Amino acid sequence: MEDEREISGDKNVMCQLTDPEGIPLGAAMYLPQNAGPRELQRIVNQLLNNEEKLPYSFYISDQELVVQLGTYLQKNKVSVEKVVEIVYQPQAVFRIHPVNRCSATISGHTEAVLSVAFSPDGHQLASGSGDTTVRLWDLNTQTPMYTCTGHKNWVLCIAWSPDGKHLVSGSKAGEILCWDPWTGKPSGNPLTGHKKWITGLSWEPVHLQAPSRRFVSSSKDGDARVWDISLKKCVLCLSGHTLAVTCVKWGGDGMIYTGSQDCTIKVWETKQGKLIRELKGHGHWVNSLALSTEYVLRTGAFDHTGKSYSSPEEMKETALARYNKMKGSAPERLVSGSDDFTMFLWEPAVSKQPKTRLTGHQQLVNHVYFSPDGQWIASASFDKSVKLWNGVTGKFVAVFRGHVGPVYQISWSADSRLLLSGSKDSTLKIWDIRTQKLKQDLPGHADEVFAVDWSPDGEKVASGGRDRVLKLWMG
Amino acid sequence: MPQGDYIEQHWKRYGRRLDHFERKRKKDAREVHKRSQYAQKALGIKGKIFAKKRYAEKAQMKKTLKMHEESISRRKVDDEVHDGAVPAYLLDREQTTRAKVLSNTIKQKRKEKAGKWEVPLPKVRPVAEDEMFRVIRSGKRKTKQWKRMVTKVTFVGPGFTRKPPKYERFIRPTGLRFTKAHVTHPELKCTFNLEIIGVKKNPNGPMYSSLGVITKGTIIEVNVSELGLVTPAGKVVWGKYAQVTNNPENDGCINAVLLV
Repeated sequence: MEDEREISGDKNVMCQLTDPEGIPLGAAMYLPQNAGPRELQRIVNQLLNNEEKLPYSFYISDQELVVQLGTYLQKNKVSVEKVVEIVYQPQAVFRIHPVNRCSATISGHTEAVLSVAFSPDGHQLASGSGDTTVRLWDLNTQTPMYTCTGHKNWVLCIAWSPDGKHLVSGSKAGEILCWDPWTGKPSGNPLTGHKKWITGLSWEPVHLQAPSRRFVSSSKDGDARVWDISLKKCVLCLSGHTLAVTCVKWGGDGMIYTGSQDCTIKVWETKQGKLIRELKGHGHWVNSLALSTEYVLRTGAFDHTGKSYSSPEEMKETALARYNKMKGSAPERLVSGSDDFTMFLWEPAVSKQPKTRLTGHQQLVNHVYFSPDGQWIASASFDKSVKLWNGVTGKFVAVFRGHVGPVYQISWSADSRLLLSGSKDSTLKIWDIRTQKLKQDLPGHADEVFAVDWSPDGEKVASGGRDRVLKLWMG
Repeated sequence: MPQGDYIEQHWKRYGRRLDHFERKRKKDAREVHKRSQYAQKALGIKGKIFAKKRYAEKAQMKKTLKMHEESISRRKVDDEVHDGAVPAYLLDREQTTRAKVLSNTIKQKRKEKAGKWEVPLPKVRPVAEDEMFRVIRSGKRKTKQWKRMVTKVTFVGPGFTRKPPKYERFIRPTGLRFTKAHVTHPELKCTFNLEIIGVKKNPNGPMYSSLGVITKGTIIEVNVSELGLVTPAGKVVWGKYAQVTNNPENDGCINAVLLV
């Protein structure tokens, strides 16, 4: 009986459409078995009353639906008598071309390049190096623009303010410098206070304060400090960790998250610097933190349309709208990668218990990163693999193997369809999320790749490493 | 209270003699002279014992001085900018020293085609055939002399089985077979015990290369996969050439230097 029904093809199947958080869209309905993703897309657009037709992708039990419903059900032996739950996930309306060639190899640094970062609008590029300088690069002519000297030791990390008006850099000697990206001059004296090297920098999101003034820095000495650019001094000192702080993030709700080598993650409030929560669970150092809204926080008000804003208020408004749209109704999620080879997914606003533990890596997890739409988590590990996880539930999705050395850093394209990874084996690789395969292999560096970044406008990729050159890649 | 502490107790209660510290200073000042006098006077075994004790004291003193100096100057060392910068996420991790990535694979291939190598040992002493081989007499009356035994170290592949005695012209004694070599990386200045993959070239002649004879100057191929060398394209390099720098048959081990 059952077979006959499926062969006939025009039978209906009971379906329930839900969004990624599991909230149902309308009531369950009968859909014809010959309905494919395109038909489903039309239904969702109709049900959500979207004026513009947005692209969606559909997932049944974490597998993407690419064929007609009936074919899928037959192939996976899903009973047609139960309600089939279909998860729809909005896709970016723009598409970013994968980069496939090296457009420029720019030398200039006289030591290894330790960090590269595009500005939030994607028009500027900065890099920090072991030769104690920060360099700003001209992206149009692909030449060095400014060399910013002033640090006493290796420049370990750099960060752009989300409005693109400031650039801060932290060094191994523990001082922080703020630069004006248009002139390449330091604005003010070094900010001193940390006793050991700086491990991370993070700016206050632009939707909380525009123009950007405050940022937070974490250091090996176990403290995190909040600085004010206009006052040029340390506003708060967040001390409490017993060992080095390895990573710091300023969340969209106005909280600061710090991950430390003492195996804990602490959540701080930013008015008086009080400790709100302590997230315990890891068995070894916490290496890296990522927020589901991180990409929006980083880019602030700038999106793929390339609009520019005249006033800070306008910028703040747009950024807030973008942030709320990205966040949706769910609370902000935090993922932490650790030396104990696992990751935890937290919802720090809800509880201090982890949501799930993400296990599977065979070596320490060096870098974790949420995709710009918050759907995926990517993790780079020293076991030479990159793993992809569901960003909402934390379920394992795919593993990308191909690197022959530890993977150091990863970066997402703005449309969440491509993932970039840089490794010790001197190559960069681009992975396709949809097919879960290697899209592009980018050899060219002569030595380890320490830092990679995909520009927010999607045009370029920058990478730097031990071979002292900065490479720009293009599609 | 222990009975022996009455002196300390007295000090505590009544203080020291008024001139105690003055006397002490003078005594200390005299100490060197006294010691010197004793050192000059002491003869024989006593002199020896004294000299030894004094030597140990001085060595200890130097050590302490050095330690103190270090603790003062440590700050300066930290402030220096070192070479070999690493990002923040690698700063706390122990780094194993590692060769530079070998960007000369193309060069290597070209050289391989030409069959020429720039090697650390360009010239080797020619080895005569009668030194390389020993004649083995065979036959019932031991009159036949067509068999040879290699008297040098050889490398024999893992899948090798000996031919039947009738067809075996060259015997490679098992005692002189080697599978591993101590290979020095010239840039890293460190040595690894690596497996031999094959004998690329014996300078004494192609016959020796094919037999796998390893003498001084021979170029061998070694398995470098443990070193973690990578080509610019990101592939792992696993075979590289090395030249033997010692006389393995005399030393009982193979020392070689990697050709980079």
